[in-house]
Amino acid sequence: MCAAADPSINSNGALIEVSGLSVYHGQLCAVDDVSFKVERGEVLAMIGANGAGKSTLLRTIAGLHQATSGSIVFNDQDVSKMAPHRRVTLGISLVPEGRRLFTSMTLEENLLVGAHYANKGPFNIAKIYELFDWMHDRRRQRVGQFSGGEQQAVAIGRALVTNPQLLLLDELSLGLAPIIIERIYALIPEIIAQGVSVLLVEQDVTQALNFANRVHCLLEGRTSLVGTPAELSSEEIERAYFGSHLSGYSQSSHGGAG
Amino acid sequence: MIWVNVLIQGILIGGFYALFACGLSLMFGVMKVINLAHGDIAVVAGYVAVFLAPQLHIPEVWSFIIVVPIFAVAGYLIQRTLIQKSIDRDPFTTLLVTFGFSVVIENLLLEIYTANGQSVNIGALIGDSIHVSNVIYISYISLAVLVTAVVVLAALQLFLSKSGTGRLIRAVADDREAAQLSGANYRHIFGIAAAIAFATVALAGIAYGMMTEFAPTSGGVNLLFAFESVVIGGIGSLWGTLIGGVLLGIAQQVGAHINPEYQVLAGNLLFLVILGVRPHGLFGKKTAFS
Amino acid sequence: MTPVDSHGLISIRRSTHSPVITMVGAAVLVGLLSAAPWIVSQSLASILMNFFILVIMATMWNLLAGYAGMVSIGQQAFVGLGAYATLYLAIKGMNPFVTIPLAAAACGIIALPITYLLFRLRGGYFSIATWVIADTAMLIIGTIALLGGGTGHLVPGLSNLSPTALTDAEYLATWIVALLVVAGTYFLLRSRVGLVLASLRDNEVAARSAGVRVTSARRMVFVIAAAGCGAAGAVLAISQPFVQPGNEFNLQWSAEMLFVSMIGGLGTIEGPILGSIVFFVLQQSLQQQGAWYLIIFGALAMAVAIWQPRGLWGAFRDRFHMELMPVGHWVRETKRPK
Repeated sequence: MCAAADPSINSNGALIEVSGLSVYHGQLCAVDDVSFKVERGEVLAMIGANGAGKSTLLRTIAGLHQATSGSIVFNDQDVSKMAPHRRVTLGISLVPEGRRLFTSMTLEENLLVGAHYANKGPFNIAKIYELFDWMHDRRRQRVGQFSGGEQQAVAIGRALVTNPQLLLLDELSLGLAPIIIERIYALIPEIIAQGVSVLLVEQDVTQALNFANRVHCLLEGRTSLVGTPAELSSEEIERAYFGSHLSGYSQSSHGGAG
Repeated sequence: MIWVNVLIQGILIGGFYALFACGLSLMFGVMKVINLAHGDIAVVAGYVAVFLAPQLHIPEVWSFIIVVPIFAVAGYLIQRTLIQKSIDRDPFTTLLVTFGFSVVIENLLLEIYTANGQSVNIGALIGDSIHVSNVIYISYISLAVLVTAVVVLAALQLFLSKSGTGRLIRAVADDREAAQLSGANYRHIFGIAAAIAFATVALAGIAYGMMTEFAPTSGGVNLLFAFESVVIGGIGSLWGTLIGGVLLGIAQQVGAHINPEYQVLAGNLLFLVILGVRPHGLFGKKTAFS
Repeated sequence: MTPVDSHGLISIRRSTHSPVITMVGAAVLVGLLSAAPWIVSQSLASILMNFFILVIMATMWNLLAGYAGMVSIGQQAFVGLGAYATLYLAIKGMNPFVTIPLAAAACGIIALPITYLLFRLRGGYFSIATWVIADTAMLIIGTIALLGGGTGHLVPGLSNLSPTALTDAEYLATWIVALLVVAGTYFLLRSRVGLVLASLRDNEVAARSAGVRVTSARRMVFVIAAAGCGAAGAVLAISQPFVQPGNEFNLQWSAEMLFVSMIGGLGTIEGPILGSIVFFVLQQSLQQQGAWYLIIFGALAMAVAIWQPRGLWGAFRDRFHMELMPVGHWVRETKRPK
């Protein structure tokens, strides 16, 4: 199943193991001593409220922030000091928050940039056009005019053509209509089927619980809860999400956390 | 008829300004850096052509074959060290550092080669021109420079829009971080953009030395003209820069025709008027100013 | 100076040491420099005079770049216009020394409309545009026959003083302008405008959204800097006293202002003064070597910009927590009173 399997890699180890990771923005501690693993073929969801440090965590794994302490071991190799572009060629790819497309370029050019330094693997531009059937017809249009959902799809396509072993998805649902969100999340099983593992960050807990094998909750930069969707009760998740001192606040828009 | 000649001479010199300016435009577009030493680098290329080519037994006319690659490599190295170090601090620092660089280069040239004028020897070509009529003449060298400018701009445009590396350069210019997430080492891409910029400005420096005499201080004035071309044409548009250069050239020729003292002044005034009424230039994108 | 905070937990003061020492030191220094023409050699007095001119220019440039974030490489426009304002008024029969404040005012007035053009550009494009302005000013002045055109003109009205009296008067005029410019900058930065500039430097977006009038603060700084450079140009014209477009409008003035502020320390009042001292020491010791002092100084400024952006004074201040002319506030914890 694992398409990018490499015989030299110890297949018993996790794909990525993060230990004791702390990240500071200046004086502010955004991620505080967080540890977790993503196993091969797994979907791990990081959930947490706004400002819990989820995005910072993903960006640190991708190399856009430097960790203050702790380690990030990917395929038994410590990558925590490595430049972001080198991590891409090792097989880590981030779909950043806010899509971050090359807005002066066409759809196809965006994918071509992603394919420029691509690893060997199941994904290429033709495969992306298969995955998103509307793209082929619009490949020569500038992505600046695309809708939010279309842009998100291009961003995922651009990340997939690098043929990652680990796909990091940052707030896919942000600013999108529920129907679009569902359509995008429906792709995750297909991506997993190609041997890609996924670490996703979500504020929308419903989506996260539907697709994740395991859930990791962050609260103010620290781990507040770990488990599988099946074994966690909605009360537990609410408490871990908002913090116990705010439990009375749980009937908000995030209340559908079960 | 005399005004037709003024127009023709303006167009000819405008091509040179565009050639001089395209590297400036490229570096601003990609790295958001204004290299204030841009003009001085052209002058250095002129000196290298005059003093290095004879030692390598290359006729000065063909010196660009060796000088342009040397400057491309130098551009890459200077970008990866000096300019990148400044970018890592902030945009403010790049201005201070490149201005310092400009003053250092200018005074070094002054110390080494004195303030005497130099020119790139092109033999009999210098005086030759096409006589269209009694008052209209087109010098071969000016025509060659204009053609070179158009070819370089077209090649650059083609390279940026069609090649893989050109696409990466545009990607980095659009969103440096997103380009990194696609596996691009943006520092390396910056280096490539600087290499192209230095190569084009070296070519411009040699062309300048073929058209007229140059001295260590020639860089500043040409940087001004290049900059005026970019702003008149509109920041971020290569062909706009050519139009800007041509308009600047025409304005200067018209000024010079009225009174030789008004040549540069007329160009400056055109620039200030455009800045006043159309701050984004004739073909510019609004975003370059925010 | 005054511990405030009602709980007595923190105190806010301008300075970390007793202001009395600074005041006494400053008074002695001002006294000595005022008497310099009568106690030091004439050549040293003349070096001091050039030093003061550079201090004026660098202080103004530092106000522009170090406090308002505007990198101007066209300040020679106002040096030149100041010099030519003095020349013009002197030709019209005015005492050259009386023209100094008028030249400064004229430069400030000319600078105001220019800001409406310049402020359309940002960053590097702003910088080169200032240079275009300077170039244009030089070319226009060069066409005016009354002012000597491109070849220049002698400032009249200085020959009715004896040579010694003239040098003494020149020295005092330069010294007074320098004193006023530095003191004026000091009080400007301690005022509301200083606060606006500080918030602008820390975070422009936040400052804007907090309703800080960023553009008008910038405009004010540009006009003040133009006036200051105009005053420098006026005293320069009197001290030379032959005025020529290529000399007064030389880009080198901006280069020196930039290098001196950079090396001394941007964003501090002491920095440009310290930088000017370094500059003159270097220039005097390398004066036999042509332009090498500029090459070395330029390279030094580049190195400082990259590796020590707070300059010599900034490095010194960071280490010893000491300021001679504090414009900010130090907040420190104090013991809770019993």
